[in-house]
Formats: sequence, C-alpha cells, structure tokens
Amino acid sequence: MYVGFGGALDVAAVLDFVDSGHDLIVAADTTASDLIKSVATECGVDFDEEPSAMVIDHQNYAVSDVDGDHTLIAADELINSDVILGKTKIEAPVLFKGIAHSLNAANTLALKVLSASPSAYSAHPTAKLSSPPSLTGSAISLVSVVQARNNARIMISGSLDLFSNRYMKSSVQKAGSPSKYEKSGNEQFVTELSKWLFHERGHLKAGNLRHVKVGETNEPAMYRIKDDLEFYVDIYEWSGNSWEPYVADDVQVQFYMMSPYVLKTLSTDKKGLYHTSFKVPDVYGVFQFKVEYQKLGYTSLSLSKQIPVRPFRHNEYERFITTAFPYYGASFTTMAGFFIFSVVYLYNK
Amino acid sequence: MASPESAVNGPTMTAGAASKSLRNAFGGVIAFIILVLIGVLAFSIRLFSVIKYESVIHEFDPYFNYRVTQFLSKNGIYDFWNWFDDRTWYPLGRVIGGTVYPGLTLTAGTIWKVVNSLNIPLSVETVCVFTAPIFSAFASWAAYLLTKEVKGPGAGLTAAALLAMVPSYISRSVAGSYDNEAVAIFALVFTFYLYIKTLNTGSLFYATLNALAYFYMVCSWGGYTFIINLIPMHVLLCIVTGRYSSRLYIAYAPLVVLGTLLASLVPVVGFNAVLTSEHFASFLVFIIIHVVALAYYIKGILSPKMFKVAVTLVVSAGLAVCCAVIAILIAVVASSPTKGWSGRSLTLLDPTYASKYIPIIASVSEHQPPTWPSYFMDINVLAFLVPAGIIACFMPLTDSSSFVILYIVTSVYFSGVMVRLMLVLAPAACILSGIALSEAFNVLTRSIKNRKKEKENVEKKPTPSKTEKRLLVLPLEASVIAVLLLVLLGAFYVVFSVQVHCVWAAAEAYSAPSIVLTSHSNDGGLHVFDDFREAYSWLSHNTDVDDKVASWWDYGYQTTAMANRTVLVDNNTWNNTHIATVGTAMSSPEKQAWEIFHSLDVKYVLVVFGGVVGYPSDDINKFLWMVRIGGGVFPHIKEPDYLRDGQYRIDAQATPTMLNCLMYKLSYFRSDFIPIHKTDGKGFDRVRRTEIGKKHFKLTHFEEVFTTHHWMVRIYKLKPQRNRIRGKTKKSKSSRSVSSKRDVRGKRNPWH
Repeated sequence: MYVGFGGALDVAAVLDFVDSGHDLIVAADTTASDLIKSVATECGVDFDEEPSAMVIDHQNYAVSDVDGDHTLIAADELINSDVILGKTKIEAPVLFKGIAHSLNAANTLALKVLSASPSAYSAHPTAKLSSPPSLTGSAISLVSVVQARNNARIMISGSLDLFSNRYMKSSVQKAGSPSKYEKSGNEQFVTELSKWLFHERGHLKAGNLRHVKVGETNEPAMYRIKDDLEFYVDIYEWSGNSWEPYVADDVQVQFYMMSPYVLKTLSTDKKGLYHTSFKVPDVYGVFQFKVEYQKLGYTSLSLSKQIPVRPFRHNEYERFITTAFPYYGASFTTMAGFFIFSVVYLYNK
Repeated sequence: MASPESAVNGPTMTAGAASKSLRNAFGGVIAFIILVLIGVLAFSIRLFSVIKYESVIHEFDPYFNYRVTQFLSKNGIYDFWNWFDDRTWYPLGRVIGGTVYPGLTLTAGTIWKVVNSLNIPLSVETVCVFTAPIFSAFASWAAYLLTKEVKGPGAGLTAAALLAMVPSYISRSVAGSYDNEAVAIFALVFTFYLYIKTLNTGSLFYATLNALAYFYMVCSWGGYTFIINLIPMHVLLCIVTGRYSSRLYIAYAPLVVLGTLLASLVPVVGFNAVLTSEHFASFLVFIIIHVVALAYYIKGILSPKMFKVAVTLVVSAGLAVCCAVIAILIAVVASSPTKGWSGRSLTLLDPTYASKYIPIIASVSEHQPPTWPSYFMDINVLAFLVPAGIIACFMPLTDSSSFVILYIVTSVYFSGVMVRLMLVLAPAACILSGIALSEAFNVLTRSIKNRKKEKENVEKKPTPSKTEKRLLVLPLEASVIAVLLLVLLGAFYVVFSVQVHCVWAAAEAYSAPSIVLTSHSNDGGLHVFDDFREAYSWLSHNTDVDDKVASWWDYGYQTTAMANRTVLVDNNTWNNTHIATVGTAMSSPEKQAWEIFHSLDVKYVLVVFGGVVGYPSDDINKFLWMVRIGGGVFPHIKEPDYLRDGQYRIDAQATPTMLNCLMYKLSYFRSDFIPIHKTDGKGFDRVRRTEIGKKHFKLTHFEEVFTTHHWMVRIYKLKPQRNRIRGKTKKSKSSRSVSSKRDVRGKRNPWH
C-alpha cells in the first residue's frame, strides 16, 4: 500500500532510477514519511523505527548558548577515506541533528561515512526512557553511503539540517573540547561527499583486457599448459572532467578455474596500463583471466575473459628421454639378437 | 574336423567327381546369393527408424559420436587425436582424443572420406546414420564365417540369417543408432572367427589378422575385455582337457603379444593394457601355455621315466615359486582400494557392487540386471534353441565347438548382470541356434537320404560303409514327418513369429530415436513431440555462444552437439565430483543452488519435465539418483530427507526438502495452469498420476525463459545478483511484532 510522492513518483520509480545507474541523496529527519524510510530500507539502511526518536549524545554534543537536550551533535567520527571525503582533512566537527539509522552487518555495499560516538543513543528527547534504546553507540550511523552493484551511489542522511546554510556557517565547539572552530565541517563534508556521490571521484574504468604468449603479438584462442604469457589491462579514473590514469599497486589478476591457480599483482606504467607475466599452470581446463578490484570508495571493477588451456599435443612431448636409454638399448639389441639368431639357426647346419 | 555334409558326400566322391564339383560350385553360388540377401535383410530391417521418423541420430551417446565425427571430418586425424574440448565439463574440459574409443569415429570418417573422394556427396550425418546397418550386415557375414568354421556352411547361413534379425542386436544398430556397439559386435564376432580359423588351420597369417581384428575391437568398444578374457579361458579349457596343440599355441601366443602391443597404442587404453586386472588373465594363461609347451617339448626328448622325475622336480620347485608370486600379487592387488579392478568390471563379477558403492553406474538403466521378459523380447525363440545348439556342439566336441559353448555360457552370465550385455549374448545365441537348426535338418534329411541309399545299397553292395553306420539314423517315416513338422514349425513359428516379432521390434520398439517422440491419440492420429530439438534450437538461437547450460548429465551430449553450448556434465561420466555438484545443486533450495551454479558461471538451467504429456523418463523420475550421487560426495544431501516414510512422492505428502528443492520448483513452476490439458488449476502430474504438492509459488533466483510446446523441456535463466541489498526492516507489520517482542523482553529484564 504505497502512496506516491506525488505524481507518478513512488518507491518503485525511485528504485528504478537507482537500478538504472543513477545517484540518489536521501535525507530524513523526525518528520520523515514511511516512504522515505522504505526507500532507505530498500537500499540497505534502516532508520530507527520509533517515529520521534532522535540521536542524543550527552558527551559529544555541540556546545550552544542554551543547554538543550543534546540532540545537536558535533560528530567527528568520519570514515577514513580520501576518495570519499577528499584529500583535505575535515578538521571541524560536523553538526548533526536528526534521526539514527543502522546498517545491516551483512550488507557489503553500505558504508558509514559519519557515525555516532559510543555514547550516543536513539530515543525521544523529552520522554522518559522506559526501556533501553534499540540503537546505541557506534552502531548508529548518521550519514551513510551505499554503492549499488551497478555502481549507482546513494547517500542517506538522518538529518536535513546538516545541509542547511545555518549549520554550514555556524561555529562549533564540541562539549568537553577546548578547541572552538569558527566554521563547522558541514560545508566541506557535504561538498566533498557530493563530489564522490556524483562520481567526480573514485570512479574507475577498466578495459582492453588482453593477453599474449611471450614473443607473439596476436592474442591466442587457446594456451597450452606451461606456456609463458603476458597480461595487460588498462585502468583509468574519472577526475571530474577527464579520464586520468589510475595508479595503484594493489591491482591483481587471477588465472581462475573454480579457484585461482595464479594470483599476481599487476605493475603499472603510471599511464593507465597494468601488466604482468606468468606461466600457465600445469593444469588444463577452461580458465578465466579475472580482475576483481574492490577498494573502499572506488567503483568495483569486475572483468573476466575466458581462455581454454589444452594439454600437450602428441608431438609436443620429448621424443627421446635420457632416462629411457637403457630401454631403447634393450629393444634394439633384442631385435639385432633375434636377427642374428634367425640367420644362424636357419643357415647354419 | 570334418563337416557332416562331407561325410555324407564321402562315398559318392568316387562315383562322380565332376558332378560333385559342379554341385559344390552350385552350392557356393547359392550360399553367396543367400549371404548377399542376408546382408540386404540385415541392412533394410534397420531402416524403419528412417522411414517412420527421419534420418536423425538417436538418443544420447550417438550425438557425441556424431559431433566427434564432424570434428574429425573437418579437422583431420591429428587434430582429432589432440582435441581438447572446452565446451563440455566446464570448466574442466575434456581431452576427447585420449578418452574416446576411436574405432567408430574413424570408421565412419573413413567411409565419409572414401565416399566423398568418389564424388558421392554424402553428409557426415548420413554416413553416421547408416554406419550401424552396414556393419550389422558385416556382422551377419562374420557370424556365417564363424559358424562355418565350427559346424559347416549350413549352420553358418542359418546363424547369419538369425543374427541379421535378432531383436537384441537390432535395438543397438538401427539406422541412427550411431554408437560404439554398432561396429563393435562385428569386430567381436570377426575376432572370434579369426581365432577359430587360426585354431583350425594353425596359420600364422590368420593369427596376425586375429591380432589386427582384436586391435579394431579395442579401438571400438570397452567390451574388448570380454575377448581378452574369453580366449584365455578357452585356451585354459583346451589345456586342461588335454587338447593342447601347436595350433592352439599359434592361435593364442601371437594374439597376446601383438594384441597387447596394439591395444596400448589406443590412447584411452594405454598402459591399462598391462596394468589393470582385466588383462591379467591373458598374461597368466600366456605363461601357462608356455609352461605346457615346454613340458610337451621336454616330454618329447626325454624317456618316460626321466620325464616323471623331471615332473616331480619341477612341480615341487614350481609350486614354491608360484606360492611366493601369488602371495606378492595378492598383496599388491589388495593394497589398491578397488583391488585393481575398474568399477564396471567389478559390477560384472559382483552384481551388487555398483548399487552398493557407485550410484553413477547403478543409475544408468542399461547397467541394471535384465528382467526375464527381456530375454524373450530380445532373443525370442533363440532362447529355446540354444540348449539344442549346445548339445549339437558336443557331438562331436571339437576345439572350435568348445569355444562356442564357452562363449554362450559366459555371455549368458554377463547378460544376466547388465542389460547392455544382452548384446554380447545375441551373436552367441544366433550361432548356437543356427547350429541347432541346421543339425536338426541335417539329421532328418540324412535319415531320409540314407534310407533311400540303403535300399539302393542292398541291391549294389551288401555292406554300407562304416562311417554311415555310426551316424544317427532315424526310421524313414519318423524322419519324413519330423522334417515336415520342422519345416511347418519353421514356417509358422520361425517365419511368422520370429520374423513378425523381429520386424515389429525393429519397427516399433527399437526404432524410436528418443529425440523425437510419437504417440497415438484416441482417434488414431499420430502426435509428434519434437520438444527436445525445439529446446536445443532455442538455446542455439537465443543464447550467447559462450553461455553455460546446466542440466542433468543425460542431456549433456545433446546440448553440446545440437545447441552448441557449453555444458557442465555429460554422458561421459568421468568425473563423479562434478556430477555430484550438479546433483547437489538440483537437490538444494533455490538460493544454494543459485550460488553453486553462479560459482560455475552457469547462465541457463535445463530441466526435462514429462508431467504434462506423460513422458516417464523425465528429471523428476531421475531425481533420486541426483540426490544419491550428490549425497555421495556432499554429505549434507541426505536421501531420507526427500522421502516420506521411504516413499518417493511429489504430492502434498512430500517432505518440505523435496518440495523446496530446485528440481521440484523448476519442474512444476507454473504447471498448475497448464494450457494444453485442462486441469483446472489442480496441477495434475500425468506421469506420477497425482496432484502436485506445491502450487502457485514464485521463483526468486531463477526466471523461466523458455518452455517447449509440450512442456517437456524447460529452460530457466539465473537471475543476476541483486543490485542492492535490502535492509532488515520488512513491513510495518513485522516492525510491530518486533516492538511487541521488545515489550515482552523489557518486562523480563531484571536490569530495569
């Protein structure tokens, strides 16, 4: 029983939008409708089910003129990732006032970008607590991102005020902390995060996966066991306006048949070309070159190319083996001996 | 050995040599014409499948052989030899060149090449379809030769005629049944013929030919082990019964040496020719025959007294050595887990072996023991003639007739173990029945002839020759009546019953290609089910070239040959673990099955479902074997989980494991509103004759992409991995229940 957002827009339409590879920002606060929450749930983020609960932190609240209910939080537990939050460190705490959400531990696609401190909990700010709050401590996420399998990116924030001009421009001082910042970290946080969200950072492109036998130029349709081969792949990163070479030392290639037989780290020429060479294992079958690259903040790369590996042909074995010379000798002397015996037996009376 | 006919003709020889030779030539011409006609009969009786259906390859294995032959004709012998097939057993692949018996393929390939070089443009498929009928004609002629060596041309012709139309052999050699057995039976009979020929003549030329025929047999069929065990048995029998001769030595020793050398040249046999227990009997007898030959030689040069001393010396010393060797041999063989025998051979010795230990062998229907009716179905009246033939072989017992007796006795045993080996029994039964029939005719006609002759002889000479006296002579009246009876019986029983039965068998029972099925509707119309080819052509037109198709192994060969798609497992069941993986996936719930298939890069899953049209050999009926084979390797699959009180059922009483396994779901998905038969949403299964147990369900990890016209083949595609992972919260309903639970917990919480 879904009611739309108005017009033809409903949850399914929003999810279709994501599934067709587009990015999405979901922000909610205590007034959020079930629709917003169900969009978040479909993306793997669960908002607190109590309708009026807010994140409360009696330790890490932002100092303000009136001693309020400690729902304005100065959060500084940011994800440690240059790709998501930019290279410049966000010094000032981020002001947050809103509702808590949690991530499913099994969800490998979602990340906590801004999480609450261990002393936070989610409850109604004015009502008396009758039972322990369901969401407490670091399990509470304030702002999360989800990167779907089609690399669509979704930001989910439990606070609308986080994005407000008032919060961006206000000064901030964390309770119990001597340092006071003229400007909160909100603007930098939101700007950098949205850059990542809209794929201006951390978007990789890999392609042109190719392999040749050492000393040859054309890609073969099949390898033989124990062949030496070279493997190449190009990886680029989108810088916001152009594709730049991606430089990393942790890209690996698998030579895979049910399990990786060869696992090699690729070396790069810093111009986007990654390369390695290895010997085909002594096992025949249908192998795959697999590049599976999943790094925090980057789009995931998953490339594979099928290549069969055949055993030796009948004439690719050694014709004469040194260790078998006694046998060759034995058979030839037997033949000669039999011949001589026949001659002697038949013609010598 | 003198044939009875020549014995009869013996006295007349002196009378007129000219008329005798003329009659012989006349007889030869008639025999030749009869043989040609038998060949034509053997060939044409096997064409019903082409006439009734079309010129297609039948069943499962022939499709693989056809594919290999195509490869051979396209790429030549060396590429065939080194062919690594990456489209089957994904991702393991299969070295075809080293794992097939190449005889059939090379034969058909050669025929194709010869025919094409003669500018007769036949397709490879045509050649493959007609290979089996051609070789069954050859097999009939080989049976003629073999029986002629044993009991003369009369018996030979009868045996050939019988072999041309014995249902058991027809079942494996109708046009389109392009399988190893098609050429192997000819090779088997021909090898036996050459062995008997060598035994009768003592010619080294025939011994060499014998080794070559054996080589052809090794190339063609794994059943060659029957030859390499039967011939040593016969040699041993001859030695034990004191029939050792130099002819026996020449017939046997070159065969073992040359045969083993040649056999090890076939890649699929290789070192097995000297390593596995199947071949040990021949080596043992090889040693024995040499010892015996030596003993006879020494006996010839020593005086009887000296010989006795030598015998006691050698025997006592030899026994000690023998005991030591046997002890070592037993220790070596016992140290290997299967005792050095391959599973199939162990099944022959201990019929319960396979069902106990190797479900994959037991699961094949042709590896099951036959039922009694199948003997009457497959060899019919021959079953009654065989005992008479055995008796005829004892009068007189020769080397060659003892071989035939040994052949029938062993093959009867083997056919009792495996239905498939009924095929080996068929030639033996034909040969013995041929001998029985022709002996009966001989005795009776001779009685008539002799009675006439005696009357003449009384006038001419008072004493008839001694040879004639010793022959069995019946009273004239009795023999005339018997001949008449035999002719009448033959006319009525053999001709009408056997011929009608054989033709019926050829036309109805064994000609169905099993790739195209037919049924007769109530009003007598013919209904054709061409679902298999429909499904395979859908696959080849609608899927990507490198897509992998998972199905039970029965359909592997067909999928690679007809749809040209990569399969996980096929009818060459060389890797039990891989088959068990597929069996496990089929018997797992959807999610686990999806994970297994996904890890093997499978895109499509093909199941065969007969519930709509009542096709009984579908996947649901084979399903318990999947469970057994899967459970043999992956112990979390347990057969009792799929059975309700030991009963296999698919209705509402079935176990939840059964109702939730992938095979059940893929078979019965949407089958509650089948369009063809108005079952009113009841979901009635026409094979199991019950209402299905689970209806109106949805698939979560698979989607139906194609179902054939009669629902016999259903193809499903694996859904891609979900783009997003859902959160925990389901619906407001569940959240409410969660909160109420929390209240309960809150009350109980002592901390509060």
